Amino acid sequence: MAEAKPQDGVQIDLISGERMEGMTSMEKIRMILDGVRDGNIVILEEGLSPDEESRLIEVTMTEISPDEFNGIEIETYPRSETADASFLDRLMGTESTKKLTVIGPANQIETLHKDENLISALVSRK
Amino acid sequence: MGLIRNLKHSISRAVSTLFSEENPKRIGIYGPPNAGKTTLANRIARDWTGDAVGPESHIPHETRRARRKEDIEIERDGATVNIDIVDTPGVTTKVDYEEFLDHDMEKDDAVRRSREATEGVAEAMHWLREDVDGVIYVLDSSTDPFTQVNTMLIGIIESQDLPVLILANKTDLEESSVQRIRNAFPQHETIPLSALEGDNMDEVYDKIAEYFG
Repeated sequence: MAEAKPQDGVQIDLISGERMEGMTSMEKIRMILDGVRDGNIVILEEGLSPDEESRLIEVTMTEISPDEFNGIEIETYPRSETADASFLDRLMGTESTKKLTVIGPANQIETLHKDENLISALVSRK
Repeated sequence: MGLIRNLKHSISRAVSTLFSEENPKRIGIYGPPNAGKTTLANRIARDWTGDAVGPESHIPHETRRARRKEDIEIERDGATVNIDIVDTPGVTTKVDYEEFLDHDMEKDDAVRRSREATEGVAEAMHWLREDVDGVIYVLDSSTDPFTQVNTMLIGIIESQDLPVLILANKTDLEESSVQRIRNAFPQHETIPLSALEGDNMDEVYDKIAEYFG
């Protein structure tokens, strides 16, 4: 996804739910981490499932390297739709995980404010 | 896929429940760094076995390996609850070795510590998906609980249908606010305690017996 970008800018990739639909969990995680390690801010229209979030943390940890990659900053709205999902939804694997998610390099993005309906973040250049 | 995966998951949980009489439940102690997880694990282990689980420290990521203390027998109301407790490294999405330099550490030590910390967090996530039967989620009640790590971890625990007990630790601190934690996770019961001072441990043990017995 990396394109030529101005040296003094920050690239933002907005990934639609449709684009994520046909991808496996590891493909999603790879796409996110490749983007973030290039210094991009990745915004997912529909977020990740809890299991994918768990694997994203795990894979991120294996890639952290001193003086090169410190990990990620990730933000979603603080609502837990899984808690609202019915037992049948969970049984069928159809619970909603749709939640806008912002992910960036830990050394370039800082969350200024977060509540149920607003995420305010400061993004700096490398 | 979801149906098959969830059925497999339900069957494996049902099988482990069937054998719960023989096998103590493995209870993972999770939470962000510096919430007091090891202090709690040591308190529980000392109260019921006389031994400690691991060293405590104010430096983040003191616990860098999941540590298990087996066969802890907790007696409540004449009944006995058998659990293994697993003290896990604090979960985070970032580790910067330079943070350790602020704690009078040489660069080599800080880099080694950060590498061990990342391995420990990865290990903790793996335990959560595969190897625990219930979770004690420990939060520092003097800090803001509305963090992404807390939101994600509680979501992950809920999606696994694991029983979870939320503990609002460090009530001995002046800035402690248990209500702030109750407001953050209203779908779960929150129990206040000071693992350091041993305050309210009776209620903690009552709830451990109730949730995981």
